[in-house]
Amino acid sequence: MFETLSGRLGDVFDRLRKRGSLSEADVTAALREVRVALLEADVALPVVKSFVDKVRNRAVGSEVLRSVTPGQMVVKIVHDQLVEMLGAEASDLDLEVVPPAVIMLVGLQGSGKTTTTAKIGRRLAKRDKKKVMLASLDVQRPAAQEQLAVLGEQAEVNTLPIVKGETPATIAKRAMQAARFGGYDVVLLDTAGRLHIDEALMSELVEVRDISKPAETLLVADSLTGQDAVNIAQQFNDRIGLSGIVLTRVDGDGRGGAALSMRAVTGCPIKLVGVGERLDALEGFHPDRIASRILGMGDVVSLVEKAAESIEQEEAEKLARKMQKGGFDLDDFASQIRQMRKLGGMGGLMGMLPGVGKMKKQLAGANVDDSILVKTEAIISSMTPTERRNAKVIHASRKRRIAAGSGTTVQDVNRVLKQYKDLSVMMKKVNKMGQKGLMRHGLQGLMPR
Amino acid sequence: MTTETKPKGWLGRLRAGLSRSAQSLTGGITGLFTKRRLDDEALEELEELLIAADLGAPTAAKVTAALAKSRYDKEVTPEEIKGFVADEIEKTLAPVAQPLVADPARKPFVVLVVGVNGTGKTTTIGKLARHFRDAGKSVMLAAGDTFRAAAIEQLQVWGERTGAPVIARDTGADAAGLVYDALTQARKEGRDVLLIDTAGRLHNKADLMAELTKVVRVIHKIDDEAPHATLLVLDATTGQNAHRQVEIFREIAGVTGLVVTKLDGTARGGVVVSLAERFGLPIHAVGVGETAEDLRPFEARAFARNLTGLDAEG
Ligand SMILES: Nc1nc2c(ncn2[C@@H]2O[C@H](COP(=O)(O)OP(=O)(O)OP(=O)(O)O)[C@@H](O)[C@H]2O)c(=O)[nH]1
Ligand SMILES: Nc1nc2c(ncn2[C@@H]2O[C@H](COP(=O)(O)OP(=O)(O)OP(=O)(O)O)[C@@H](O)[C@H]2O)c(=O)[nH]1
Ligand SMILES: [Mg+2]
Ligand SMILES: [Mg+2]
Repeated sequence: MFETLSGRLGDVFDRLRKRGSLSEADVTAALREVRVALLEADVALPVVKSFVDKVRNRAVGSEVLRSVTPGQMVVKIVHDQLVEMLGAEASDLDLEVVPPAVIMLVGLQGSGKTTTTAKIGRRLAKRDKKKVMLASLDVQRPAAQEQLAVLGEQAEVNTLPIVKGETPATIAKRAMQAARFGGYDVVLLDTAGRLHIDEALMSELVEVRDISKPAETLLVADSLTGQDAVNIAQQFNDRIGLSGIVLTRVDGDGRGGAALSMRAVTGCPIKLVGVGERLDALEGFHPDRIASRILGMGDVVSLVEKAAESIEQEEAEKLARKMQKGGFDLDDFASQIRQMRKLGGMGGLMGMLPGVGKMKKQLAGANVDDSILVKTEAIISSMTPTERRNAKVIHASRKRRIAAGSGTTVQDVNRVLKQYKDLSVMMKKVNKMGQKGLMRHGLQGLMPR
Repeated sequence: MTTETKPKGWLGRLRAGLSRSAQSLTGGITGLFTKRRLDDEALEELEELLIAADLGAPTAAKVTAALAKSRYDKEVTPEEIKGFVADEIEKTLAPVAQPLVADPARKPFVVLVVGVNGTGKTTTIGKLARHFRDAGKSVMLAAGDTFRAAAIEQLQVWGERTGAPVIARDTGADAAGLVYDALTQARKEGRDVLLIDTAGRLHNKADLMAELTKVVRVIHKIDDEAPHATLLVLDATTGQNAHRQVEIFREIAGVTGLVVTKLDGTARGGVVVSLAERFGLPIHAVGVGETAEDLRPFEARAFARNLTGLDAEG
């Protein structure tokens, strides 16, 4: 799920990030692409529109465009908005009621209700040690009740005995009685698939709801659903009131738009996802992780957040001005290193950067670790202010003194000086790319080659 | 066509389903174009609306561009736009609207039914059994879904409803073996049509798709021209993922035609348009309900006009 969307948005954001500065027009153009990407990922039009509007309002006119890393900031806003749309926190089933707690599953034909009923039953019985009963109220589909009975056996939970010719309401009453009588903790009610516009069948659900007073009313929906997702979710919610959504077939290669749409129009959390036909193929839903995955960017968000906390903007701007004038000295070098360490050192930084997988290996090979940063800082602090301002004066005897003062070797001092020199060269290149890109390239320039 | 006398009759139900499907698109177009100059903004909005009808971005762009070419900067009415869009869509769909005809020279005419989980394969087999029986053919069903709980029982109910014998083994049995039995049996009995159900499977699961290849191979072994039709059953609520479904099922199972189900809901089924454009596979029929009678031939004009909110027969 979400791979296509992730790819499309990734391209848009790569372009954004590459730019040193952003104009309002850049943001508008990027958001147009975001809109098409979302639509193509099957996110419903009204949801897309409101999403893009919110992002635009926050991105334009705020400090974003003037910030050090405007591209990153826009990406972060999109991310935050995605999280808001998906719901910030993972939410589990809430069964804190006087037992038996009823879970009623509803949805369109073939969405996966019966399978999900058995999956949830199995999980509650196995993981939470609950006494669980399954009951099928599906008198519509051929062999529906037999299907649940077989699945119940596989899940090793009891199912309400089948009595032919009963109405769903009667079965619900019988299930409630049997559950109270048998001291069950949880009763799962599987219902027949129905269209959200089928008035007769929707009132039947209302009746069942009023009889069983469910603790959870879950809409079971196919993650491959297209634009219709909003209609389905909205109408089920309006008509019977949902407490959560279960997305099925997340093991498919769907684009996941339904997840965004349904959550957005109902405000109901996605509580579980089905990831296969087997009864153990049920997982919780973590909106934050999903949002990061959609943006396909490692954990850039935490990186930006951390950077915002730990890099003082003023200092960065001062540095930027200096570099532009070509006045980048060893003091500035030291300050860059300090900032890197604040960001969690090489390891922390690398982990947060997108597409860093293979670079990580190279780094491990080059034996780079944070101790080098510490050493570098020590070496620079053993230099005199004159030396720091003008590295050219550092000759052999000074190198020996600095090495002794910092508890390192002359080779170490040479390495730092070389890095500084490389970085200065790099800075000149960076200046051509624009001042705003400086922080990032500055940090990259520190990486040994 | 006796739509007037029977509200739930032949085309009535299709139209009822489809006009509901068309509601938001139509509302959109009407709202968009009431006495309006066709400018860039209007075109962009139309394009979005088409995407929102599950048409997909490239098709939406194409339809919009065609409209722009003939009407740009002119005053247009909603009716004009609808008519134009419907005509464009109809042009794409007309060549693929082909009913499923069972060649009487084949005995049996073998139909393999495939698709992702829950799209309506088993139900469509029930409907096709009724359709062929009503056409005077003798039909046999093969319960090739040996995986899902009570899938066999489900097909057996359809067998009873339509008077077609069902060849089945136990759940967990080898599907290819069962299909072999069924085809042998159908030949022996001189059946006209053999409808083979298969387990739902996601197209991105290589192992399950390999199983399907095995089923096809077994059928080939007995009759190298069979299956004579391999139908992919698509759920109309499906979004752009339908493209992947068609692509992979066609490649692996040799899909020859489509059936689109659940058009009685609000799903607009617009993805069918871009599927037709891209693959050109025949669309044989549409499902508009859960009973044996709820299968309709696919009609390009009715579908296109209904999609844009015009009277189906106009
Ligand atoms: N791959 C995959 N298949 C699933 C998942 N959940 C359900 N299925 C399959 O989807 C199909 C339909 O599932 P059911 O549980 O029968 O759906 P339902 O909503 O009860 O269907 P009706 O009762 O007819 O409305 C079956 O083939 C299931 O095995 C899932 O998470 N992943
Ligand atoms: N409203 C409506 N429901 C349909 C239609 N076709 C099938 N269904 C329903 O969709 C659900 C799933 O149908 P099945 O025929 O079991 O689907 P399947 O593809 O065989 O499912 P699996 O074998 O589990 O993959 C059932 O509840 C059917 O009654 C249709 O055209 N309209
Ligand atoms: Mg069911
Ligand atoms: Mg089936």
